[in-house]
Amino acid sequence: METDPQNLQPQPVETHLITLKINGQNHSISIRPWVSLLDCLRDHLNLTGTKKGCDHGQCGACTVICGGKRILSCLSLAVMKDGAEITTVEGIATESSLHPLQQAFIDHDAFQCGYCTPGQLCSALGLLSEGRASSREEVKELMSGNLCRCGANVGIIDAIMQVKDGGSYE
Amino acid sequence: MEEVMNSFNFLTAPDVPTAIQLTNNQLSAFIAGGTNLLDLWKYNLVNPTALIDINQLAALSEFRELENGGFRLGAAVKNAETAYHPIIESRYPLLSRAILAGASAQIRNMASNGGNLLQRTRCYYFYDHQVPCNKRIPGSGCPARDGYNRMHAILGASEACIAVFPSDMCVALAALEARINITGGDGERSLAFSDFHRLPGERPDLDNNLKPGELITSIDLPAKGFPLNYSYLKLRDRHSYAFALVSVATALEMDGNTIKEARIALGGVAHKPWRSLEAEEFLREKTACRENFAAAADIILQGAVGLEYNRFKIKLAKNAIIRNGMMAIDPDSQLPGAQPSL
Repeated sequence: METDPQNLQPQPVETHLITLKINGQNHSISIRPWVSLLDCLRDHLNLTGTKKGCDHGQCGACTVICGGKRILSCLSLAVMKDGAEITTVEGIATESSLHPLQQAFIDHDAFQCGYCTPGQLCSALGLLSEGRASSREEVKELMSGNLCRCGANVGIIDAIMQVKDGGSYE
Repeated sequence: MEEVMNSFNFLTAPDVPTAIQLTNNQLSAFIAGGTNLLDLWKYNLVNPTALIDINQLAALSEFRELENGGFRLGAAVKNAETAYHPIIESRYPLLSRAILAGASAQIRNMASNGGNLLQRTRCYYFYDHQVPCNKRIPGSGCPARDGYNRMHAILGASEACIAVFPSDMCVALAALEARINITGGDGERSLAFSDFHRLPGERPDLDNNLKPGELITSIDLPAKGFPLNYSYLKLRDRHSYAFALVSVATALEMDGNTIKEARIALGGVAHKPWRSLEAEEFLREKTACRENFAAAADIILQGAVGLEYNRFKIKLAKNAIIRNGMMAIDPDSQLPGAQPSL
């Protein structure tokens, strides 16, 4: 939407009508410009699988996949994602079965409290599709944006390695 | 604390001139990745009345081969896209390594090249509204100087400010002598990388020489990318996803074991990426060895001042310069810490 500079100041804050395709489903949302993608998902769409940890881009709990890339929803404005395709943790499994990565997290005790898990899962899916990590060390490095206060990191890396080396991801 | 408005309008523009025109309002800000801007906004450190989205501007979204043999990086292109670009990996591997040493995979997928240059400091006192800060409120004071200053500057600091500039990417851009292309209300201009960021002096509120309403459109890398002899070493409290205590970008042009040209830039030690042309000149026609890198380090660190908690950085920087010089001779020899994946 273009804006005439003459009308810039002062003016009431506009509400924007945006469309997000989330987990394959289109949503039309009327939203104020300062609402983060995270708050849009959780508060406007009731998709509370994505977690708010630090809300400052330091913990990775809010990671979602947007346009095929893992991003931090807390540092994204929903209005800037108009038209985007987004995958959240709610969109990973099928109706009948867990995603292989979710099963691997269970197999390897890759969580305790589970609060970081949705972000870990989305981040790991992004990592796998990016294809930049070949060794375990590289997986660790490229997962460093997701913190786990419970200390399940070893299990998390084990789970990702199982899926990566088994090739059981899309 | 004064009452602040935390609402803003969101604007887009079809082209650069329109985007510039929209900045007639001094309280507007351009937004690309938003990874730093929105964080600063949440901390009440910036309070724009309008954000102007520059992601749709074609001129800012391209890579381009330049006639002089160089390579242009669009300002709105993402850091990850830049680091993994085949030309960057093959011709400017130092830049690729430096980008991948910074932030996290998610942030690199979001953050833009232009925005990387405009990051604010990570000085904790800057973020804390309960204490004075000359960078936040000029003239209010600096609690860092007598406070916990472990991460702060050892070079180029002033009485007013000892903050450091946190970018990794910019340390490599400084060593590579990139140029910054800027458009503003008065037209286009280009700045040498060393002229872009500034030292704090009496105006620590100003991080760089960008004028109000000006927009970084692209970054030009020169033809010479030092693809054979380079290394980026980042030393930090955590193995990954932490800001540098000291980082070093080293690029060498070699003839056998003789240095024909050397570039060394430091991160984490000053208000801008730190270079010493004197030290680089000293290394010309010298043998690439620990003794010569140590002598160069002494030149680079002339005038370094340590405070209560950051004195260790002077010795750390010297050893990092030596070690990184040796690793630059043979990039395949790079040890843990010099490769983002190790």
